[in-house]
Amino acid sequence: MIRERTLNGLVLALLLAVPLWAVFNDQPFTITLATRAVIFALAAVGLNIALGLGGLVSLGHAAFFGIGGYAMGILAHHAQTYTPVMELPFLIEGTKSMPVIWLVAMLTSAIAAFLIGLLSLRTTGVYFIMITLAFGQMFYFFSISWAAYGGEDGLLIYVRNGFPGVDTLIPINFFAICFTILCLVLLLNGLLARSPFGLALNAARQTPQRVQTVGLDPQRLKLVAFVLSGVITGLAGALFADLNRFVSPTMFSWQMSGEIMIFIILGGTARLCGPVVGAVVFVMLEHFLGGLSEYWHIYLGALLLLVVLFARGGLVGLIAGREVAHD
Amino acid sequence: MSTILIIEQILNGLQSGIMLFLMAAGLTLIFGVMGLINLAHGSLYMIGAFAAAAVAGLTGSFVLALVAAMVAAAIAGVLVEMLVIRRLYATDHLDQVLATFALILIFSEGTRWVFGSFPLFLDIPDYLSGPVTLPGGIQYPFYRLVLICVGLLVAAGLGLLITRTRIGIQIRAGENDREMIAALGVDISKLYTLVFALGAALAGLAGALVGAIQSVQVGMGEPVLILAFVVIVIGGIGSIKGALIGALLVGLTDTLGGVFLPQLFKLFMEPSAAQASGSALASMAIYILMGAVLIWRPTGLFGARP
Repeated sequence: MIRERTLNGLVLALLLAVPLWAVFNDQPFTITLATRAVIFALAAVGLNIALGLGGLVSLGHAAFFGIGGYAMGILAHHAQTYTPVMELPFLIEGTKSMPVIWLVAMLTSAIAAFLIGLLSLRTTGVYFIMITLAFGQMFYFFSISWAAYGGEDGLLIYVRNGFPGVDTLIPINFFAICFTILCLVLLLNGLLARSPFGLALNAARQTPQRVQTVGLDPQRLKLVAFVLSGVITGLAGALFADLNRFVSPTMFSWQMSGEIMIFIILGGTARLCGPVVGAVVFVMLEHFLGGLSEYWHIYLGALLLLVVLFARGGLVGLIAGREVAHD
Repeated sequence: MSTILIIEQILNGLQSGIMLFLMAAGLTLIFGVMGLINLAHGSLYMIGAFAAAAVAGLTGSFVLALVAAMVAAAIAGVLVEMLVIRRLYATDHLDQVLATFALILIFSEGTRWVFGSFPLFLDIPDYLSGPVTLPGGIQYPFYRLVLICVGLLVAAGLGLLITRTRIGIQIRAGENDREMIAALGVDISKLYTLVFALGAALAGLAGALVGAIQSVQVGMGEPVLILAFVVIVIGGIGSIKGALIGALLVGLTDTLGGVFLPQLFKLFMEPSAAQASGSALASMAIYILMGAVLIWRPTGLFGARP
């Protein structure tokens, strides 16, 4: 057994060390894999705020992942075709600048998460799972039939977007950007969990009645958590689109929502670095098992079953024991 | 837009609705009695379709194929219940979602392994194919009418089973208070296995019946699964009546929306834009319906009030 904090440090160090090793050994594909893991981790860290802290089992987070992706896709598409996004009532131009795209992705995700959360939080339990799934599916089908932005085929972006002062075309630089964002978000997440808001949210998950009696509105706490969660997953979506230079409706699919949830449960629910461990392990499995057998999903399925049945608390729980990080 | 077209589309909507009911009935029973979210229900649908296609290919008999579909799905259901699901009753929904998601991966890839990636074809037998003429001179495929009738018969049979038989009483009692019926000497774990097998057999039957009009392929279960979830959430989880009404609502909304929304939009938009936005709205229509129902009644139309 090692302390969870030590484990978190080890995981992040490893995640940083592998692509650095790859730079010196000229393995650009490994860097791409590591970037993929970092972005998935970021999406899952986002969901973990709703799911782990708030107890909100959302099976529709692909909606925010996709919104972030399409925010990048649409802005960059207009920039590369030199057409404005819209002219009326005011002119909006496309852009190839990452910070602007991130801002747009986070803002639109926030609006979507606010509306979806406002409606979905009227329900609880299974109904909540299902209504978030339904909202995800709405976005999925909308994106499929949105012919102006590629419909089912999605949008291809020719050149990766730029970041002031950094050459993002070099893989390790893009990795560094993603990794920095992940670390910042993890830091914020850790602070959030210990903040008065995080404590109240934790209480709202466990006994909403008590939270109400001390004068806090549990629904509002959960809504704020849901919006924060959507914003982070949306940012991850924009980065994911930039990594692939491609967006398509699959980013909105319910399997995507399922995968983001898998990262969390595989790593450990409500653990700070649970989603990171889960995403890294998932991407590694995808890569190595996918290389071994065409039918690697069977092994992935079997592994997930074993984790659910025998390793409650996920991989982090297995290694670091049952102490919960945020209490 | 003729009356004939409208009636045809309504029949199509009923047919897809009633097939959804076969899926949703099993899901809602399993959820109602055991409190379990079973994402792998779509896999049982797929197993039914594959078993039917395999048996029909070997024997040439459609009836045998249907029997095989139900038996294969029921066996798969019992195995899954005894090996995996049984350990999940006491856990929260999150673990159930993940475990049954894992089962989907295993079943889908397993089926791909055995049968390959290419779709199989299950033919409608001669005595069920061809159109029939309905009153009013409407030509309609006979097989689809048979589907509607089979579905209604199953719904009636299920209704009788739940309300009139000893097992039905135990199932309803199990939904209300499982400790109490266990104390009264009902073997709960046998009851659970039985309900799971029943739900699985219905899903397998639906898979085989629908497999004959669509193709039988890996991944065919998931779209239906999502629709079936929409159905039981609209109807209220645990209610067979809710599942039937929800299924018909979803089937009709989906089918009629796809045909008539573009037409409706053409009244005030140019044709190509109307086609695009009409079909966009149509594909979202059932989810909008579900959202609206849940906002109006957070536990579905016939669900228990908290």
